Amino acid sequence: MSPLSQRTTPLAQRFRNLPISGAILAPLLALIVLFVISSLASEYFLNTRNLSNVLRQVSYTGIIAIGMTFVIIAGGIDLSVGSMLALVGVVVLYVLNTITDPFQAVILAMLAALVGGALLGLFNGLLVTRGRIAAFVVTLATMSIFRSLALYFTDAAEVSTRNPLFQGVGGGFVLGLPIPVWTFFALAVVSHVVLFHTAYGRHVCAVGANAQVARYSGIRVERVVLSTFLIAGVCVGLSAIMLTSRLNSVSPSDAGYFFELDAIAAVVIGGTALSGGRGTVWGTVIGALILGIINNMLNLTGVSPYLQGLVKGAVILLAVLLQYKRAP
Amino acid sequence: MPITHANGVTTMTLKRVLQKTALGAALMGTALTASAQEYTIGVTVPAAEHGWTAGLSWWAQQATEELAEKHPDVNFTVLSANSGTAQVANVEDLMIRNLDALVILPYNPATLQAVISEAYEEGIYTVVVDRELETPAQNVFIAGDNPGLGEQAARYIAEELGGEGNILVLEGPPIPINSQRVDAFNRVMENYPGINILASQNTDWNAQQALSVTEDLLGSNPEVDAIWAGDDDVLVAALQAIEENNRDDIQLVVGGGGSQRVIEMIRSDHPIVKGTVTYPPSMIASAIALAVHGVKGERLGDMYHGVPSRMILAADLITADNVEEYFEPDAAY
Repeated sequence: MSPLSQRTTPLAQRFRNLPISGAILAPLLALIVLFVISSLASEYFLNTRNLSNVLRQVSYTGIIAIGMTFVIIAGGIDLSVGSMLALVGVVVLYVLNTITDPFQAVILAMLAALVGGALLGLFNGLLVTRGRIAAFVVTLATMSIFRSLALYFTDAAEVSTRNPLFQGVGGGFVLGLPIPVWTFFALAVVSHVVLFHTAYGRHVCAVGANAQVARYSGIRVERVVLSTFLIAGVCVGLSAIMLTSRLNSVSPSDAGYFFELDAIAAVVIGGTALSGGRGTVWGTVIGALILGIINNMLNLTGVSPYLQGLVKGAVILLAVLLQYKRAP
Repeated sequence: MPITHANGVTTMTLKRVLQKTALGAALMGTALTASAQEYTIGVTVPAAEHGWTAGLSWWAQQATEELAEKHPDVNFTVLSANSGTAQVANVEDLMIRNLDALVILPYNPATLQAVISEAYEEGIYTVVVDRELETPAQNVFIAGDNPGLGEQAARYIAEELGGEGNILVLEGPPIPINSQRVDAFNRVMENYPGINILASQNTDWNAQQALSVTEDLLGSNPEVDAIWAGDDDVLVAALQAIEENNRDDIQLVVGGGGSQRVIEMIRSDHPIVKGTVTYPPSMIASAIALAVHGVKGERLGDMYHGVPSRMILAADLITADNVEEYFEPDAAY
């Protein structure tokens, strides 16, 4: 970003110097406008059950998008998250169906998801840092590898479980909100604190802004990059728990399909620069909500299925245009 | 004929669009004034990413337009999803609209099981199409006859070849639907010792994949008499490979599904494409019709019972003899 920021106009400078709340102003406005339009377009939109549905639908990709935010701010990208979700999901169902005690099975399956996600994220991160391969290329390859392994372990068949407790995790409610939604928001709060109120978070931003300068300032760049992929992996594990338990099954060909694109779209709509260096967790949360509300509104109003992709794409472009107009 | 498309051909023109909007206005009018009972039926199908699923979307639209005219007290919403997870959201969103009936062709059954069970347990009249749930959660299950498709194709090929010859089989992906078709095909062929199945390979029911698989198979098998493709899109791709390789040893190519493209070839006396077996995407149209009658508690025709709980549509062999019956020039499949 440094050669660019030297050329930025005072106006853009002022925007950049605003506190965090300023950075998410544009996506927040977009969200509010969309919310108002949706409540006018469909009488069912403000229905509490609908709102809780939307939040739950958003949370699976939202959780992943938060992990993606770390990776992108540090200057990387992770295309493998969708396939990773399928592979971790297969592991979860395997653990569930192997262990007989239902309670133990659920606990161990959840642990396996988090550890499995972490290991796969670590694998990505090591290839990027030690292998010195571009993140785009690494995760393009592992996207294919993870999906292929998920298909191989299951012979491409869906796996479901008869565990009586598992569905309560992703399908359950606490204080009127679905558990995946609580998980999503809790993760957002923790991630926000880590990213903006710790030395580690500052290192992530510094590495993404200019890795060379960060290295000269004594930041262990490789370790920071590696850690962002690890975080993304753990987030995928968390999302895998929520999604597979909601569905009580996993489909190796289908689970996480296109999640990488939804996650990246959420991050970008939320105002995080794809070039790295700056971004916010709340922006990502808002980006995920925007995507979820668009999908929901299109379904509620019964827009032709052929046109839904167009509307979704147009809103993404619009949201991003609104933000980047200020940067020359 | 499993097709509800009885009142003739429609043309995709401005006229149609005008009709649609007029119909929409009429519906809104009735919605405001109607004191009669209103029914809401939601339909969700996999997105049109393949010839057959495109046909599915087309027939769903067609049937809802026609049925809305015949049943002004019924509202329809048709959604499609490009993944099982997206279809779960479809069903959740449909349920918000106080649904009376749900018609669903599940993208993949296990993924959709939980949410379909929720709808069914809420008392929504549920029609599951084509792909059966592991734990039944529906009022009606309607599907095509997969083993029948394989059987009909095998009998036709065996008879056309006079019980003697080398054949190639282009299979679908390793899913139950495919194995039902292929197993039935092979069972029939066991009765014909003169028929030699040279190879049976997966094409993923994908045209591009089918093209390269057929090229490879033709390269390694110099003497082939017939090819069976379990899917009509695959047949079209295989045909291209045959033509590009100038293989005049092949006398017969038989498909599966009953796409308009292949029906058109049979109609115009194609030298080697002589038959296909129906596995009609219009099953979604019949499913929607069943939902209309089911939710209203009506009987079908002269039946003495309500809507049956299982319905398997016949797999019909289409050849030059009966091709006109299946010709539907506007259909997407």
